Amino acid sequence: MSPAASVIARDRSDQDRAVEVAPGVHWIGALDPGLRTFDIILRTANGTTYNSYLVRGEEGVAVIDTVKAEFAEDFFARLESVARYDEIRVIVLNHLEPDHTGALPELMRRAPQAQLYISKRATPMLKALLKPRDDRPLTYKTVGTGDEVSLGGRTLRFLHTPFLHWPDTQCTWLAEEGVLFSGDVFGCHHCDARLFNDLCGDFRFAFDYYYAHIMRPFKGYVVDALKLIEPLPIKLIAPTHGPILRDRPRRYVTRYRELSTPSLAERIDQGERSLIIFYMSAYGSTARMAEAIRAGAEEAGGIRVSLYDLEGGEIQPFVDLIESADALVLGSPTINGDAAKPIWDLLSSLAVIDLKGKLGAAFGSYGWTGEAVKMIEDRLRGLKLRVPVAGLRIKLIPTDEELEECRDFGRALAGALVRGEQGRVIDFADLG
Amino acid sequence: MAKAKITFSDIEQTVNVPAGTRVIEVSERIGAGIIYGCREGDCGTCMMHVEEGWNNLTEPSVLEEKVLRENMASRHDRLACQAQILGDCKVKPA
Repeated sequence: MSPAASVIARDRSDQDRAVEVAPGVHWIGALDPGLRTFDIILRTANGTTYNSYLVRGEEGVAVIDTVKAEFAEDFFARLESVARYDEIRVIVLNHLEPDHTGALPELMRRAPQAQLYISKRATPMLKALLKPRDDRPLTYKTVGTGDEVSLGGRTLRFLHTPFLHWPDTQCTWLAEEGVLFSGDVFGCHHCDARLFNDLCGDFRFAFDYYYAHIMRPFKGYVVDALKLIEPLPIKLIAPTHGPILRDRPRRYVTRYRELSTPSLAERIDQGERSLIIFYMSAYGSTARMAEAIRAGAEEAGGIRVSLYDLEGGEIQPFVDLIESADALVLGSPTINGDAAKPIWDLLSSLAVIDLKGKLGAAFGSYGWTGEAVKMIEDRLRGLKLRVPVAGLRIKLIPTDEELEECRDFGRALAGALVRGEQGRVIDFADLG
Repeated sequence: MAKAKITFSDIEQTVNVPAGTRVIEVSERIGAGIIYGCREGDCGTCMMHVEEGWNNLTEPSVLEEKVLRENMASRHDRLACQAQILGDCKVKPA
């Protein structure tokens, strides 16, 4: 924690009061304004919140998610301000990561009568968290879309929304109040004690940043989840991190739809495939190879080929381009037995996008060793790209014959892209 | 060598494979939607639903059965990292 952050942390107030977010629904979470790095990889300029909620029905109380272990004291104080432990009938876990289950063991000790509700994919994680033994068995119910639990005049309905962003994730819908307890979906790392989106500072960048790092690798699953969420008459979204979305909550659903829809697909013709070539070139030889490969690939038709010199661009926009592309072709000279660093910078930035089903290929000119091409191919395979055409290496300056080889290489890649069309039977040996 | 066809219905792709190939080896290369975690039959992430040809995959081991049970698998669900293809079948992410 930075010195500034620790000052902020000491200034926390209202630690022991729950906040009503809808009739009979209270926020009982915790504020963590001092946090600057979440899960090692995510930065946050003003901390985060661990949101937990309590729903009161005529026949009992439900607690939805808990908080990180270090913040259990705040959580229990807020819970006690609106309910007794013996009233808790239901504990819903929308996501079992430790920042939402840290206070769970103690909550279960204080409310032993409460029934746990988890998604169908959460059992192994629950067991790993709570370590049941023969003398201390674990009872819980697994639920999926359409399952519900009544609290008396209040019904919690479950939506199975796996991989947002773990296999276990689900959302819980309180129909009577139009409240969606969405887990990490629609969340962000932004800490503001005013809690509600219409009162907090501008957190749009935090919302998009969270999506980009947490949800983006699972876009297909986001789209599946939106099919369940979009028809709901939502009045308020209660995520597990960041502001509670009560002012025009549907804007955030729409934003997820926008962020999950491939932008390039709207611009290129239906059925057209996209192939992108990135290269580095010290003396122009790899650049000439790249241009010849482009010419060869373009002959096929139906393929949009793009060519970029990595030296002239930033990594992030290139990552966006790759996300929408069907094939990624990388060219690098070999320098001291390795590919050029910008190639590795690009390849180490692709974890945030879904690469499944894309083709990869590598090429490059070299002076005396030429290992780069093979190393790039290995990395592409490591990222689960299919490498259907063997890499192309040319010693120093390409001759006319060698440039024709480059065009053939481009033609072969284009052929692999077109052959990969739906419906055709592919032979395992051709998968590369 | 005996051959078999496996179809990934989510991407509408069919691959001709040598009998005995694990589903994971094919699905990762073809880009099917099944997501993998540990790749060794422990985490249950790669659960898939077998739409056709249930009997054309190798029998699940005791350990796979346990993981399937823990993940509330339905009757024709399998782990893609464990199941080997013996004959024609059709699968999709569970």
